[in-house]
Amino acid sequence: MTTINPHEMNRSTQAGVRALIKERGDSMDDDPRGGFHGLRVAITGGSSGLGLALVQELLGRGAQVAFVARRREGVERVVRENAGVHGIVGDVSKKDDIHLIAMQILGVLGGLDVLINNASDLGPAPLALLADTECEDLERALATNVLGPFRLTKALLGALASSAREGRGAVVLNVSSDAAINSYPRWGAYGASKAALHHLSRIWNEELTSEGIPVLSLDPGDMDTPLHAIAVPDADPSQLKRPGTAARELADAIGKLLWFKNSARTMQETAR
Amino acid sequence: MTAAHLPIQRPREARLLVVNDRGNFRHWPRSKFVDLLRRGDLVVANDAATLPASLAGEHVRAGSPIEVRLAARRSLASDGIRYCVAVVFGMGDFRMRTEDRPPPPAFRAGDQLTLGPLRATVEEILGHPRLVQLTFDASADKVWEGLARHGRPIQYSHVKTPLALWDVWTPIAGPPVAFESPSAGFALDWSTLASFKERGVQFATVTHAAGISSTGDPKLDALLPFDEPYRIPKATALAIGRARVRGGRIIAIGTTVVRALEHAAQPGGLVRAGASLATQRLGSASRLRVVDAILSGVHEPGTSHYELLRAFVDEAVLRSVDQELNARHYRTHEFGDSVFVERIQRGVQARIGSVQVSTASDWIGY
Repeated sequence: MTTINPHEMNRSTQAGVRALIKERGDSMDDDPRGGFHGLRVAITGGSSGLGLALVQELLGRGAQVAFVARRREGVERVVRENAGVHGIVGDVSKKDDIHLIAMQILGVLGGLDVLINNASDLGPAPLALLADTECEDLERALATNVLGPFRLTKALLGALASSAREGRGAVVLNVSSDAAINSYPRWGAYGASKAALHHLSRIWNEELTSEGIPVLSLDPGDMDTPLHAIAVPDADPSQLKRPGTAARELADAIGKLLWFKNSARTMQETAR
Repeated sequence: MTAAHLPIQRPREARLLVVNDRGNFRHWPRSKFVDLLRRGDLVVANDAATLPASLAGEHVRAGSPIEVRLAARRSLASDGIRYCVAVVFGMGDFRMRTEDRPPPPAFRAGDQLTLGPLRATVEEILGHPRLVQLTFDASADKVWEGLARHGRPIQYSHVKTPLALWDVWTPIAGPPVAFESPSAGFALDWSTLASFKERGVQFATVTHAAGISSTGDPKLDALLPFDEPYRIPKATALAIGRARVRGGRIIAIGTTVVRALEHAAQPGGLVRAGASLATQRLGSASRLRVVDAILSGVHEPGTSHYELLRAFVDEAVLRSVDQELNARHYRTHEFGDSVFVERIQRGVQARIGSVQVSTASDWIGY
């Protein structure tokens, strides 16, 4: 994984987004930054790394944001430092937590327009060959990276579908990785779980298109985050992407989809 | 009728008693509900998610255990959760029939309640020793967290195992504003919604804060349903208008949808979009202006849900329906079987005692 040039991945993410937008017939000419005002967004794993950067990026764009994180201290710190954000303590890898998390998200926001499944588990730390990977480490990676997003999306689907029907637009973004596609030695647990999430996203996208809920699976690139530091302790942070940069790109991708949806609706209403 | 005691939302064998607009009926597998719909019909469901509205705790001044069941609220706003009407029971839990539950200690305005991590103040006693207006002494975010950690779904003794939130959220559940499940919506899974689309049947939702359905106290039950806030999205109001234009029927999934749509009724069978408070009671004297048919659970005579069916069919039909449900052992309550009732055509007298001649040979006349 460390052999991959982060700039290259950045380009591939952008190319992915461009292809996606092109598929939907968008011209990409308009600034998508304005489209978030009043939008209700939930982000898992929001107390550090990319999740925290997404919280700040979306707050900055005028969204109402609720985030989820496991540790109370982390949640309280982010709430203290970011005015207006709603913090929820919960663990998406635990089945019993899912509906309690979903209820609090929908309770504090009054509904939901965008769900970002960002919380991720690396598997064994330090990274290990599959043959040395404890089953429990693989199970935890699957619980956090596959089952958690599946369960949470399912619990929030009613709210997202209502939002889509009302013309507010609805999007699910699952944070993926190039390890979901490429077979990097020692990234077995993480890579297999992200591959499963990626495929889950693609099938869900097919199934939910008719409900007006696109499901994105995007690779933010190699970033200077706590997760990356555990995986590759000797990486030079200056060579890694800033989480804030990735957050801006992901927010742009969501913004484009919503912008396109809204303009399509406007055209439809004008034609009616 | 027997009570459904397992929390399974869509048992394969779930049945549906269908009552058509002439008062005739037939039995149908509920999983094939979609076959009763016609191109152009509009199905409207309640997308409210269910709160864990039962809170065990203590009446601080009396030092005695209580169970608070949040039962109604005035608004759907997020911080509206801080102000709830509640029905309070003394010692015990859902395993005891509500009829047998002891009363709570006598309340005075200003009494403090501790409910797990939450504290609440009794603002007012609402004309009955069990019925109070509560204010939670915390921010809305903290109340939501407290409910998540400490609340349980309101439950009755016919279901033996403790319910989890996922047992009481319909597949389409969105805003958590209902105190008890809008359980007619259990019948709708995503595959059913997809089959609506394939058949040209439209689908829309309202959000209606379904209140408590039973307290076990006849004087309190006579006050049900309490006032319930609801919101009708603009898209739903438009869909109703379009259905009217093409001659489609408006089909309500559950009594709460009927209450919201009829409360917002406008001339011409249209509805007003937006948020409001449903205060009316529907019964035999009500003239339905919007809803043409209802999918509902099997309710026992005397409940407010049952009374609402009188707005669709007359006494004679309802009595026959009861007999049929009893004779065929339909299962009652939220996880039970269902009825689909079309509003009886104006001017049509149900032909009691005669066999209805119908093109569909399986219609049962009576």
